[in-house]
This record gives sequence, C-alpha cells and structure tokens, in this order.
Amino acid sequence: MDRDPRVCVFGEDVGHYGGSYKVTKGLAEKYGDLRVLDTPIAENSFTGMGVGAAMTGLRPVIEGMNMGFLLLAFNQISDNCGMLHYTSGGQFTIPTVIRGPGGVGRQLGAEHSQRLESYFQSIPGIQLVACSTVYNAKGLMKAAIRSENPVVLFEHVLLYNLKERIPDEEYVLSLEEAEMVRPGEHITILTYSRMRYHVMQAAKTLVNKGYDPEVIDIRSLKPFDLYTIGNSVKKTHRVLIVEECMRTGGIGASLTAAINENFHDYLDAPIVCLSSQDVPTPYAGTLEEWTVVQPPQIVAAVENLCQ
Amino acid sequence: MAHLTRRTADLLKPFSVALSSMRLLTTTSTTPITVETSLPFTGHKIDPPSRSVETTPQELMTFFRDMALMRRMEIAADSLYKAKLIRGFCHLYDGQEAVAVGMEAAITKKDCIITAYRDHCIFLGRGGTLLECFSELMGRKDGCSKGKGGSMHFYKKDSGFYGGHGIVGAQIPLGCGLAFAQKYSKDENVTFALYGDGAANQGQLFEALNMAALWDLPAILVCENNHYGMGTAEWRAAKSPAYYKRGDYVPGLKVDGMDVFAVKQACKFSKEHALKNGPIILEMDTYRYHGHSMSDPGSTYRTRDEISGVRQERDPIERIRKLVLSHDLATEKELKDIEKEVRKNVDEAIAQAKESPMPEPSELFTNVYVKGYGVESFGADRKELRAVLP
Repeated sequence: MDRDPRVCVFGEDVGHYGGSYKVTKGLAEKYGDLRVLDTPIAENSFTGMGVGAAMTGLRPVIEGMNMGFLLLAFNQISDNCGMLHYTSGGQFTIPTVIRGPGGVGRQLGAEHSQRLESYFQSIPGIQLVACSTVYNAKGLMKAAIRSENPVVLFEHVLLYNLKERIPDEEYVLSLEEAEMVRPGEHITILTYSRMRYHVMQAAKTLVNKGYDPEVIDIRSLKPFDLYTIGNSVKKTHRVLIVEECMRTGGIGASLTAAINENFHDYLDAPIVCLSSQDVPTPYAGTLEEWTVVQPPQIVAAVENLCQ
Repeated sequence: MAHLTRRTADLLKPFSVALSSMRLLTTTSTTPITVETSLPFTGHKIDPPSRSVETTPQELMTFFRDMALMRRMEIAADSLYKAKLIRGFCHLYDGQEAVAVGMEAAITKKDCIITAYRDHCIFLGRGGTLLECFSELMGRKDGCSKGKGGSMHFYKKDSGFYGGHGIVGAQIPLGCGLAFAQKYSKDENVTFALYGDGAANQGQLFEALNMAALWDLPAILVCENNHYGMGTAEWRAAKSPAYYKRGDYVPGLKVDGMDVFAVKQACKFSKEHALKNGPIILEMDTYRYHGHSMSDPGSTYRTRDEISGVRQERDPIERIRKLVLSHDLATEKELKDIEKEVRKNVDEAIAQAKESPMPEPSELFTNVYVKGYGVESFGADRKELRAVLP
C-alpha cells in the first residue's frame, strides 16, 4: 500500500477492528478510512464496488470475512470480475485481489467451514492461488496485488497463527508455480494449504518406514503448474493428491483429469485422490476430524500405492 | 430625393421583415431560448429544480438529430435481427432516447455512465460510432468489444462508458464502485448508474445505496422506469412503484423521461447535488415502444392502443420537432431532410459493418488474462506454448 497509492482494502471490519483475523491490523490508522474501508455486511455489493473501482484503475483488495460469505458475491466474481476483460474486448482490466480465510477450522460449524476452491475453478479469467506458509503468503499476496488479473487468494483459518522468519527485503512469488517442499523418488504427493502440514507429518512417518515421498505444494489452483507436476510424475510414476477440498468436483478431481490427460504414459498406478468427505462439516470434534484427511490415512494410501 | 429614399426604405422594409419572420434565429445560433418542461418535477426529501430550462437553437437541432439517429439505429437493428444478422439478445431503446440525449447534454465525458443491457443508444451518446455499434451487434472485428461482447456488452473506456451488463442489477454496485474511485481520486466527477424498474427490486440496489449514502459517494442512481419489467407491469412487481421514494434517506426526483429538457435539467441538478451531498435517485418516467427484447412482441402484456397513445402524445422526437417548428428554426422539409440524412448514415454504417470480418480464431483466447505475473501457460514440457493462454 505504501508503494502504490491505488491499492485499497475493502471488507467487513478491516479498518478499525483490524480484521477478524488481524490481517489488516494497523492499516486504517496509517492509511485512513477511505483506503481501508469498513464495509457494511453486503458482500455482493462491496465486491461489485471493488470491481467497479478496479475498472477505473484502482487496485482493491477485497476481504471476505470467511470465504463462505463470498458465495453471496458469486455473481459479481464470476460475471463481472472474471469476464469484463474479455467482454469489453480488452478495454478494462480488473486488478482485484479477493482473499479470505476458508477451510475447516476448530468446530466452526458447517457454514463457516466451506472450501470454495472448487466453485471458483471454472470461472474463466480469474486466477486461484492458495498460500500455506508465512513465506509464500507474503510473496503470493504481493504478486496478486501487482497482477493485472483478478486473483482469488485462499488463506486458511488455522494457519493464521504460524510464525516464521522471512526475509526483510522485497520478494514476489510467481502466481503460477508450484513449490517443491521435499524432493523424493517413490511417489509424488500433491497438496496445498493446510493439508501440506498433514502431508509433512505423514512424510516423517513414511521416511521412517523407508519410503521416499516427493511433496509438492501446488499453490496455484488455476491454472495448474503442470510443468513441475509433470517432471515429478515422470520421475516417480505414482501420484497421490491430498486436499481439503470436497471430493466431488474439487480441485483434486480436476487435477486428476489434467494429469491423466497429459502424463498417462508415465503412470504406473491410478492416481489416488484423498479429499474431504462430501458432507457438511459437523460440529462435534471427532466427526469434524474425520471429514478431513488425517496423516494416518495418507500413510496408508502411500503404502497401498507403492506396493 | 428624400421621397425616393423613403420609398425605397419602404420597399426594403417589408422584404427585411419577411426575411426575419422566415428565420428569426439560425440553427447555429446560441441565443438562449427558455423552454418549460412538460411536467413539474416531484421531489422526495429535496426541493425540485425549476421547470424553466435554458436552451439554444443549436442545442435543439442537436437534440433532434441525435434522437433521430438513435431512433433510426434501433429500427435498423430490428430489421437486422429479423434478417438473422444479429443473434441472441437485442434490447431496443426506441422511445427512451430522451434519457440518453438529455443526460449527455448535462454532463462531460469525464463523468461516468454505467447501464444494463439496453445500452446501444447510450453508447452512441457517449461518442460511440455507428460502425462500432453495428459491427459489435453483428459480432464483427470492428465492434467496440472486438465482437466478443455483443449487444449487451458495449463499452467505451475513453469516454467514461462502463457498459453494458447482462445480469439485472449487477451494474449498480459497479456504479457505486466507479463513484468510489472518483471520490478516492478527488476528481470532481460523478457517476450515473442506470437501471430499470425491474432492477429496482434487487437487493444489491439497496446495499449499494446504503454504502453510497454512508460514504457520500458522488453516485446518481437513475431508474429508467418504462413501466414493464419484461412482461410484468410495475404494479405487479413492486409494492411501491414510486421508485424515486424508495431510497428512503436518499433524496429522489421524479422526472418526465420523454422530455429531453426535463432530463437535462434533472441531470444537471443531480450532478451538483451529488458532488456536494452524496447520492440521489432520479426516476425517469419513460416508455419503450418495442418489447423487452426482440423475442418479445411487446403486445401480450399491454395494448396496442397504449403504445400508440404514448407515441402520439409523448414521443420525445415529436416534442422537439414541434418546438423547432414553433420557434421557426427549420421547416418541415429541413427536418425531413435531416431524417433522410440520418437514415443514409445508418445504412452506410450497416453496409460497412457487413464488410467487416469476423474475429480471428485466435481471438477466442485473447483477453482472458492479461500478461503479467505468470500468466503464460506452457504445455507439460514447457516447450510447446499451448494456444490456450496467450
């Protein structure tokens, strides 16, 4: 926001309150109420306002207090945000960033535990990225703000408390590249967001058991970084996708199709996709644990695949 | 001698009087004429502006010409649609020309206008050419959106026309966003966000209005009330069809939308208001002669008598014609000549647009993304650049 006076923030409680997850803390004091705008609870309209402001050249960062609330703004995101660059023949660019926490938290209930990556996948014209560490959150956020395209940045409720040492200097990450978390030889595990941590936990167990998994955090959910993924598949010949998205029509489903289409000849076994169950997230702690993928399931799946 | 000069003076006098009675004012003169609007304005929580509007002969003739051009263009679009050169949806604006022309007369190209899908004439008013218009309608390369938008997606960024939107009501929050940007950059311009009586029942209108009023955004919400939301009459869709009052805490003004001077006066008044006090709602009482779109005959939910009645009594072009004739600015024949010329221009533009080629196949994939942070998508081996994302 210092670098570019056109960057502004819209969202519920982003200003005086500092953001419901403190992401925008201190910004309103520094930049004023117009640049860090506390909106009323009207997702559809303030997303639309953000798109309208972006049409004139401003670069709004629109926060959904929870990604689930963005469903109310779906028309604005899909029709106006995604398509205006095309239907105007290139006259307008919509450099918005739509961000917010999603994913299953600690017993937040069904409506506040939505994983909406799958719903936004087919919208032409937008880019989807999911950050997972402090380092890539900063880099991806900067890239998203500087990008001329509308970017939806998926954060995760449970990852806000992570602390990490990051470089002081400026760095920007590519919005389309996946991150190699742990190189390996036996199997490619593709994951993103919070599941990365479950996978790394499972990886420790797997290494003890003698397996050598290659873990890739895909980061870019649309479009997929098929180059990095492809290289990995050509090396290991087995793929396991671990995601928090829903099973039906989720990111994993699209990724499975994309890998099959492009790298079928390199696969020694069918692609296995571990996703959340197709159920509304229950409140009870134990049930909630079973809706998402847990490390023991990952270990079991790898063992099965590597037989 | 004196006798002679007096006689010649006498001879000359009737001649000059005859000349001046033929043309008191030329069509390019800018001497002001005062015109009364057909109806007084009704205000909601605001004092309405006066009924007397200043205009000039030049402006009157411009109004006539512009509205005749818009009318002709829409009728030509009707024939093109029936000839299957225009496909899909085509929403025609004939009958409502006064709103487009009156609004343009009150503002500059730095002010923004955003509207829904009945946008052809507003595009023209904002400076769009007939060629761009017809090419876009026929899906050709020379269209304003390169043929990729169609009837409902006309845009002209350099003159502040932000479209052209298909989903009813979705343009209203966009309009408030434009007003926000204007306030953010402090540039003393306003945004006119147009919507119809059908969209007036959308929730996003009230959400956007709340925000505009909260932050004093220079947004003017204009309800083009043509009394029918597609096939549903306003009294069947809205509990309170007094759309100018629906803003509650936001002041409103009801305007006769078939009278171009009333529109001009109201828009001028609103611009001043919006720059000082924030949003205002204008309700333009107007009428469309065609159905909602080309697939709607327009006569199943209203009588032909009603349509012809409005055409006889309230047609905006006829009103200007009567004013021009009564102020002796032009003869009947000259006005007919203007209409003929307009018709010729439209026909030429159509012929030229028909020559324009269809967009290149590669245009399918352009303008989906903007090149920048990693939007080049390569094939699996990064050697073959896939055609999908250029």
